[in-house]
Amino acid sequence: MIIKTNSDGFIHPGSSEVTPLRVYQRRRDLIRQLAGGAAGVAIGSWAGNNAFAQQTHPGKLAPLPSAKSAVAGAATMEKATDYKDATTYNNYYEFGTDKADPAKNAHTLKTSPWVVEVEGMVKKPAKYSLEDLLKLSAQEERIYRMRCVEGWSMVIPWVGYSLSKLIEKVEPLGSAKYVEFITLADPKTMPFVGSRVLDWPYAEGLRMDEAMNPLALLSFGMYGEVLPNQNGAPVRMVLPWKYGFKSAKSLVKIRFTDKQPGTAWNKAAANEYGFFSNVNPDVDHPRWSQATERRIGEDGLFAKKRKTLLFNGYEPQVGQLYAGMDLKKLF
Amino acid sequence: MNKKLLLSRGAKPLVFVACLLPFAWLMYGAIANQLGANPAEALIRSMGDWTLRFLCIVLAVTPLRVLTKTPQLARFRRMLGLFMYFYAVCHLLSYSWFDMGFDVPDIAKDIAKRPFILVGFSAIVLLTPLALTSFNRAIKFIGAKRWQTLHKLIYAIACLGILHFFWMRAGKNNFAEVFVYAGILALLLGWRVMHAWQQKRMQAPAAWPPMAGVNAAGGRRSARQGQ
Repeated sequence: MIIKTNSDGFIHPGSSEVTPLRVYQRRRDLIRQLAGGAAGVAIGSWAGNNAFAQQTHPGKLAPLPSAKSAVAGAATMEKATDYKDATTYNNYYEFGTDKADPAKNAHTLKTSPWVVEVEGMVKKPAKYSLEDLLKLSAQEERIYRMRCVEGWSMVIPWVGYSLSKLIEKVEPLGSAKYVEFITLADPKTMPFVGSRVLDWPYAEGLRMDEAMNPLALLSFGMYGEVLPNQNGAPVRMVLPWKYGFKSAKSLVKIRFTDKQPGTAWNKAAANEYGFFSNVNPDVDHPRWSQATERRIGEDGLFAKKRKTLLFNGYEPQVGQLYAGMDLKKLF
Repeated sequence: MNKKLLLSRGAKPLVFVACLLPFAWLMYGAIANQLGANPAEALIRSMGDWTLRFLCIVLAVTPLRVLTKTPQLARFRRMLGLFMYFYAVCHLLSYSWFDMGFDVPDIAKDIAKRPFILVGFSAIVLLTPLALTSFNRAIKFIGAKRWQTLHKLIYAIACLGILHFFWMRAGKNNFAEVFVYAGILALLLGWRVMHAWQQKRMQAPAAWPPMAGVNAAGGRRSARQGQ
């Protein structure tokens, strides 16, 4: 028995009663996994220090099953951002300019029925219902870093498949050099469509070789469930080596063209947001440095911000796309 | 409005505590982790917001005093001005700390490189002599007239503050809030120009009692009273 004395001002716990720091810090993971009913399996993987995103479905929306992706760079081992942070702190200007607005306002978005029209310079233009798109290729889990142009970052487990799978299906003509993504702009359900902040609908674009890179993800879900409205439901792009705004949400049209498409932020401020907008610590935004970033939920208030990596750390996978390009000019 | 209440002994401590409430609320939020996903950004921006709000409040004192014929309001102006400085310094400190990790060479580079930071920083630098000369002995030492001229800097500072906010929001094309603050400040500064012009035309003593002490933000009319 431990004999507790009060001799030096307060009662000390016995050393056996002190929770080791490592265990203390992971208590939430443990609780979550126990609550998920997968305790037996979970404790094994928990002890093995595995990425736990796959086991922790938030239980908010319909599950979207997926298999591990075989694509290189598809699964970072970094700790996934809390679901709550990833779904309450993001930009989706159609629902407001504050990063808390989308979660508050996006409940009005109607995601069913949903049709994505593939058109332009392709042999097989088509209108895909969401159901057809979901079945077009096997759903994979991709745990990507997400770097916002504003200087913060997250790690998000997405569900989807490479955009190249869809591109191969529709067979672009040889003359198609770019892919344009057009998103929903419905003033009835999106309160900020029509505001003068941006040119609506929000449009984005990629060069064909960028679009064909296997990391370019057509995403339908995150954290093992379908996308929440505020994160771009029901289908969006995820381009982990580019600033977040390049990943267009709630897609309604994918168009193949021979000219570089105008993109929303580039049209709004060409000197601040380029067509490529690759993550690059050496090319600053005119109003702030891009050399560092704050990882949401991890880098505390007093922690020094972490260094931003070229192409957000995906240089081995995408670096060759930009070989010979002056990234300072073509930012 | 009960004007006697404004002169009561408890009025100033009450205003003091009220002015500290936003700060206390932000500190609580930081400690209790209630500032959302990005507490650093929330703190930096909130401190800036409160600086702008106190700028509007302090510049509203003189117009309110004159329009409502409530000279008692003037006794709160110094405190309100100092609170604006307090929030401005908190804004600068939280940027230096949470954004730049107190890396002084990095901060210096950032100020030199980015016009938006430079403008904000200049506003705080210009605000410093105003804060430093806010006590009675300083006013006596430099002389009321020169003190008033010095404190007219607040008009330039107000413009720098709005420019800083405008540039900060420019990249997002999101000017709604900027226009609200700019509108309020334009109204408050515009009133001063109009008031000074009217006073000049009338060339007659005003109907309200002269103010005790000095009054920089009051424009021409109070400048004469300060003599």
